[in-house]
Amino acid sequence: MTTRTVPTPKPIFEKSRPGRIGCNIPVADTPKVDLAAAVGETRDSVAWPEIGELDLVRHFTNLSQINYGIDTGFYPLGSCTMKYNPRINEQTAALPGFARLHPMQPEESIPGAIEVMLGVQDFLKEITGFDEITMQPVAGAHGELTCLMMIKAYHESRGEGDQRNIVLVPDSAHGTNPASAARCGYKVKSVPTDAEGNTDIEALRAVMDETVAAFMVTNPSTLGLFEPHIKEICDLVHEKGGQVFCDGANMNAMVGVTRPGDHGFDCMHLNLHKTFSTPHGGGGPGCGAIGLQSHLEAFMPAPLVTRGAVGEPVLDDDRPQSIGRVSSFFGQFLMAVRALTYLAAYGSDGLPEIARHAVLNANYIKARLKDVLPPAHDRPCMHECILTAKEYKKYGVRALDISKRLIDLGFHPPTNYFPLIVPECMMIEPTETESKETLDEFCDAMIQICTEAREDHELLINAPQKQVVGRLNEAEAVKNLDVKWQADR
Amino acid sequence: MPYIPHSEEDRKEMLKTIGVDRIEDLFVEIPDDLRLKAPLNVPEGLDEYKLFGHLNELASKNMSASDAVCFLGAGIYDRYIPAVVGALISRGEFLTAYTPYQPEASQGYLQTIYEFQTMVAELYGMDLANASMYCGATAMAEGALMACSIKRRSQVVVSEAVHPHYRQVLETYCSPMDVEVKTIPALASGREESLDLVTEEAACLILQQPNFFGMITDIKAAREVCDRTGSLLLVSADPTAAGLLPTPGELGADIVTGEGQPLGIPMGLGGPLLGLFACRREYARQIPGRIVGRTHDEQGRLGYTMTLRTREQDIRRERATSNICTNEALMALAATVYMSAVGKNGIRSVAESTVQNTQYAISRLTEAGARIKYKGSVFGEFVLSLPIEASQVRDELHKRGILAGLPLGEYFEGEEHSLLVAVTEIRTKDEIDWFASELASVLDNEENDLWLVGASLDQSRVQVRQADGHVDARSVETIEKVTVTKSNWSIKDQFGLEMQFTDGALAEIHEEDTAGFEAVMAALSKQLEGWDEEWYEKVVYPPFEKNAAVVFERV
Ligand SMILES: Cc1ncc(COP(=O)(O)O)c(C=O)c1O
Repeated sequence: MTTRTVPTPKPIFEKSRPGRIGCNIPVADTPKVDLAAAVGETRDSVAWPEIGELDLVRHFTNLSQINYGIDTGFYPLGSCTMKYNPRINEQTAALPGFARLHPMQPEESIPGAIEVMLGVQDFLKEITGFDEITMQPVAGAHGELTCLMMIKAYHESRGEGDQRNIVLVPDSAHGTNPASAARCGYKVKSVPTDAEGNTDIEALRAVMDETVAAFMVTNPSTLGLFEPHIKEICDLVHEKGGQVFCDGANMNAMVGVTRPGDHGFDCMHLNLHKTFSTPHGGGGPGCGAIGLQSHLEAFMPAPLVTRGAVGEPVLDDDRPQSIGRVSSFFGQFLMAVRALTYLAAYGSDGLPEIARHAVLNANYIKARLKDVLPPAHDRPCMHECILTAKEYKKYGVRALDISKRLIDLGFHPPTNYFPLIVPECMMIEPTETESKETLDEFCDAMIQICTEAREDHELLINAPQKQVVGRLNEAEAVKNLDVKWQADR
Repeated sequence: MPYIPHSEEDRKEMLKTIGVDRIEDLFVEIPDDLRLKAPLNVPEGLDEYKLFGHLNELASKNMSASDAVCFLGAGIYDRYIPAVVGALISRGEFLTAYTPYQPEASQGYLQTIYEFQTMVAELYGMDLANASMYCGATAMAEGALMACSIKRRSQVVVSEAVHPHYRQVLETYCSPMDVEVKTIPALASGREESLDLVTEEAACLILQQPNFFGMITDIKAAREVCDRTGSLLLVSADPTAAGLLPTPGELGADIVTGEGQPLGIPMGLGGPLLGLFACRREYARQIPGRIVGRTHDEQGRLGYTMTLRTREQDIRRERATSNICTNEALMALAATVYMSAVGKNGIRSVAESTVQNTQYAISRLTEAGARIKYKGSVFGEFVLSLPIEASQVRDELHKRGILAGLPLGEYFEGEEHSLLVAVTEIRTKDEIDWFASELASVLDNEENDLWLVGASLDQSRVQVRQADGHVDARSVETIEKVTVTKSNWSIKDQFGLEMQFTDGALAEIHEEDTAGFEAVMAALSKQLEGWDEEWYEKVVYPPFEKNAAVVFERV
């Protein structure tokens, strides 16, 4: 990030002056009514800011200038797939024929929208190898939960609902995996990772029995490694009647190269906001499509967007075994529009290049940094490389310090301290959309920082220096909880 | 390739640095039998011009609120979105950021979230709000599960007047957690008939403000019940209405959730949306999702950071308060810009214009031959009773470019004649007049032309629509008696003036056709029942007798 030239904006409330307004709002042209007669008691006025339109625009523009995005610079945040978000996607999603549709319009009035949903579903079926896709889940974690609910309903339909009350989760799993299992009423048991970075199959065998409902596997794993024994793992779980869920956050490594539906998985979630370029927006909206094999079809959330007997699009709400509805309407429709725009741009010949170049970029970074930051596992990585900064501990430097120094050098840091099993973990995911020059600049900066760590660690410990704030006191934030602006604070 | 910048030269150099010959060599760990051998069976890629054309064609197949006049609501509203909203949220620094895990590089976003939390808490009259949930339905379900963990109870009670989709999502979330969902009936009067179902077993009572039928909910009464049973009170509140009505907080809600779409977010076929979530301070550590707080750096500078992090999945894993990770940050930003743009006076104006347009629509649509199903105050939305099936009206008006509302028969058995109509601040008098005249013409064209009487919502007039479509209004105060026989009906007012009306459909029924006569009378008395109970008492109802009459008389 560049040095700042404008001061940090004050909270917008402190700019408020009575009588100002930031937009030209429509006012009803119907006859006036007696408000008290119509609605009864009313409230005091809402203490929202009163601010003119130009000052409003400046406020948010200035705030954006102290925020880092992919558009600002390299954002190698592991597990998050921070790839370029094509602007054409924003244009198509803004078309009034999509943006101004009401979710409860008659089906006959939205044939194009249904085609969009079917279009994405068709692409995703082919890319993942699953029989069915639904886009009702609205984020990755929501997709996990939906899959687990379907798995639960499946076991219940076979009279095994009570007996199977455990979900297995690898020790390397993302936090949402165990949290989703708990949200679905399951007990969570952890499965260790072996020295090579794969699922410890013997340990899995030891815990896998008829009390297990499902095993949640991330493939490629959160260590950025393809699980080479995935078929064996799925067989092992299936033998005992369990189901295998694939956390598909890392789909970017597989598009057009290999299909989770062929690995033996029963269901999976996708993050269209990762793999298929819908913007992360600072933490959402996501888009959490799920894929599943036909034995789980009956339990899918209703309504389903599907095709009828002669291929005509239908909304199927008559699903007696369905787990029910998981979100308000059809999921993140405008995100589906963006995803379709992206998928259609690449098409059959282009899609495999996504995974190929994502993997190329990650291995390039790994190769360039291996002397200063060794990989946690010395194997070809997939779309991200997991490095460890543990040898810098002796200089009093931690992975987080390296990250903070990176900010001052103009880069967004990688993911730190995840997966939990790698000490001083730096999880770097460059994505396919970064050029070699950008990767080189990043690697040069990392190498420089590692030298600084040895020679002048103050630079790291005190970083960042060039931002509007330095490291913040998190303990104070919790202790003096200030989550709402008040005039007297 | 679109979006992939590598040249052949780049690839060569990179592979050399890595120490392999081909990109395929990097995939050696994928067992050969799992590698795709054939190209994906999907269409070929499109250039940007064709791509836009393709999507534009799909978009143009839909009838959007730009092509039709939208009176559909049910939680998603066609409201005005100031131009600044789209302009500011499409700035790349916001649009392409991730969750602000590195606060020093994300102060801009963090500050907007802090401002968002402040404005949502203020809107709902609550102590604090989080940084957003997925949508109104999941926010409500999460609130219910939060109440269960606070109260250590495993039952929630929800009103039937809560959005049916929200109740479905609630069921979906509660079922695997072994939380029982009990439903309070509300269909007869449009409001909770009694709160007796709430007992000491209930973790929370869930109501909606205004409720699914548009009616204003009595939150105070619910608070009293919850105090007795030790249950939390969860209110799912529409943000626009919250700008005008007494806040859920001041009326005693413990948790307030809502759908933030009306705050500057396009309808977008219902996604992405914005789940609002606010609660009392004492529950701050149980709240799901992200919260941003203010603190200081080492130099004493004020800064923003995510806080109370130990509730969250990445730290607490299976003991987290929720599994939510990605939320709806960009939609929360849209809402923040909207709330700042309309500001204190704008939100009041939006809400008041909504009420004004709604009242006008009620009077016009009832004149057109529909009736108001439920008695009581409404905000922005109401249920019409129609003489023919609501889905028929919806389909007919759809052909004429009007999204007339939601037929409730799709959600409630026996409600085939009910239509939920929403009116926002952007509907104009002309649009409402047009809706009314098209509705009148649809009803006129129907065989079943029994729709003789309606009452305007301000309940000062009775409308009499004659067979020729002419509408005649009578002041309710003056009417003493309404008599309906099989061939005609009459109104008698206090001045002794009697008006006789002959209705075509009634006259057509043959004297001896008792079955037909019975059906007509049943339908008629049902129509009249809704509006008349306060002023008229049914005196005679002998449908099988010759020359029988239904008489409604002032009590
Ligand atoms: C491996 C993994 N699984 C699941 C998730 C959850 O996805 P979402 O944030 O869309 O809910 C993430 C996202 O951060 C992830 O990295």
